[in-house]
Amino acid sequence: MSSSRKSIKIGKATRSRKGLSGFSFTDKSLPEVEDSSLRDYRQSAWEAYQSLSFPTKLDEPWRRTDISQLKTESFSLFKKSEKEQQLPRHVYDPKTADDLRSGQIIAGAGVNDCSINRALEDKGVIFEDFHTAEIVHPRILQEVLGQIVSPGEDKFTALAAALATDGVFLYVPKNVTIEDPLHSIYWGMGESKAFINHLVIWLEEGAQATIVHESTSPNGVLNEQLFHNGIVEIHVGNNAHLNLVELQSWGKNVWSFTRERAQVMADGKLDWVFGAMGSHLSKNFLDIDLVEPGAQGRMSGFYFTDDDQHLDLDTQQNHLAAHTTSDLLFRGALMDASRSVWQGMVYVAPGAVGTDGYQANRNLILSKAARADSIPGLEILADDVRCSHGATVGKIDEDEIFYLLSRGIPQKEAEQLIILGFFNPIMERIPFTGVRQKFIDAIIEKMNAR
Amino acid sequence: MSKLEIKNLHVSLEDTHIIKGFNLSVKRGEVHAIMGPNATGKSTLAYTIMGHPKYEVSGGDIQVDGNSILEMAPDERSRAGIFLAFQYPVSIPGVTVANFLRTAVNAKRRYSDPSQKDISILEFRKLLKSKMDLLEMDYSFGGRYLNEGFSGGEKKRTEVLQLAVLEPSFAILDETDSGLDIDAIRIVSEGVNALKGPNMGVVVITHYQRILNYLQPDYVHVMYDGRIVESGGEELAVQLEEHGYDWVREKYGHPEAA
Repeated sequence: MSSSRKSIKIGKATRSRKGLSGFSFTDKSLPEVEDSSLRDYRQSAWEAYQSLSFPTKLDEPWRRTDISQLKTESFSLFKKSEKEQQLPRHVYDPKTADDLRSGQIIAGAGVNDCSINRALEDKGVIFEDFHTAEIVHPRILQEVLGQIVSPGEDKFTALAAALATDGVFLYVPKNVTIEDPLHSIYWGMGESKAFINHLVIWLEEGAQATIVHESTSPNGVLNEQLFHNGIVEIHVGNNAHLNLVELQSWGKNVWSFTRERAQVMADGKLDWVFGAMGSHLSKNFLDIDLVEPGAQGRMSGFYFTDDDQHLDLDTQQNHLAAHTTSDLLFRGALMDASRSVWQGMVYVAPGAVGTDGYQANRNLILSKAARADSIPGLEILADDVRCSHGATVGKIDEDEIFYLLSRGIPQKEAEQLIILGFFNPIMERIPFTGVRQKFIDAIIEKMNAR
Repeated sequence: MSKLEIKNLHVSLEDTHIIKGFNLSVKRGEVHAIMGPNATGKSTLAYTIMGHPKYEVSGGDIQVDGNSILEMAPDERSRAGIFLAFQYPVSIPGVTVANFLRTAVNAKRRYSDPSQKDISILEFRKLLKSKMDLLEMDYSFGGRYLNEGFSGGEKKRTEVLQLAVLEPSFAILDETDSGLDIDAIRIVSEGVNALKGPNMGVVVITHYQRILNYLQPDYVHVMYDGRIVESGGEELAVQLEEHGYDWVREKYGHPEAA
């Protein structure tokens, strides 16, 4: 099993003087599970959570992201029985329903809803809410759970492994193709609530699927934080092909932490889109492990921030076998006093000859107070490889603006056009036109707000 | 009669005095050619009329129908009827030709009459196709990112496509013929000819007479060291083509900082 090379040191040394106090969750928060190995998984994750310390700015991956203001003690789990929430329109606009889909999961605050195309079910496809999967499909789930992300990697990951009931289990058997995309919507609301989820996406040999996963919540009361904590585990089997589109439009009171990793087997192909618009602060670890020859991983990301948002993306492209290919591009635009951090690493293991790795990060700074940190990295321990990277932080090109102005397009619209164009190549890869339009509208709305 | 007038214009770029007392009056329906050797300020003139912020007007005026446009931003100048076909069109990644032009058409409609709705997709598509036919352009151009990876000829043709869609009162063509082969020059010129009519005045900036064979200017001006030194009819262009610019240099002296 491959393990993250950037895992945070466990144990003694990292406890700082003014560390965060613990969450108010107790072992009573652990959900009941009948299957003993799934129960053991949660139990050992809980123990890891208790023994691990919170990361601090002394830990390299957290050096640029300060979580000391996270109100750990204030959060309680959202109890669905408390009140049945109607799905707000911004979460699920009927216009997004026009596009064909093979299945849909709506989870989080309020009503949970899960459906899948019957014909796919007959072929053995599982597309289920995570906790329901623990109850209904324990045999398959216990075989794959924790194989990609180890609960002990850091305190947040351990907590998510122990407590997550929300989430998605997608299992696609050998050689099954899912034509129309699957759609998962995770939504939060309320004050001082914790939303914890766990996604396991497992494609067996020769399987094909496209899944769109959205995370969203209303902007909420800004000084009442919401906490999101999640794990995403992805396995792309031999010659399998997965398109994964993750989009977050969390409210501005959300602090979000995720640990996500994909493992791609021989000749498998992963196409991963990651879009971030929301949250007050977020930290996402996004890793692609190319573990067998011919594995390919592509990651296309975008972020667009305003106010005092702080988005921190930590990506790893791990070439662990010969003749593997990775291609990563993140595009970001920043307004107001917002800040982004992108720290990427292309790692080529000894013997991974014929590696082709690329990473790039392009940033547009739209105000004086905004800041983008762009930190590419290469670590190459094999010969005969092709690796390159690029990072840019700049302003909108004045010549482009002048050109558009000269056609009668006003300044603000010209800027909008350029920024939408900047994101367009990535937006085009969102398979649902309704969802795509929602994000384009959100960008325009952010720009029009000033 | 609607007029574009440039009166005793002086322009500097980063403290270098480039345009030195330039005068020109263009009526709608007229075609003026401005010829001249390199580095005499032809492109500076074009950019200045369009309002590029880099160029500083230190004297004189530019007027449309008697109203000064000097205080106007470039987008306002466009809406006042000025169009510049760029010598080096700028590429806008991720923005399709169609989307860009629809945005421009809608901006123009909105400003001419705020109660007017945006042009419908269908109506716009019809408009774009008819203009593309005029310029013998493939419809697939509409879906390409603006000038991104375009050949020199494709860029220039796209400039004229924009001219055709926006229908300005005054069009300035800044070396639209440069880098084009003979067929492309013909197509571009025929496009401009089809558009010029009585409602559009055209200023053609060029080094060569070739494009003028098609456009048949009413007036030909020779620009040298930041101003017009000779004016005449088409025969002046023929003379320049045959004898080059040396006689101009001899007659009007070498500029100090050429």
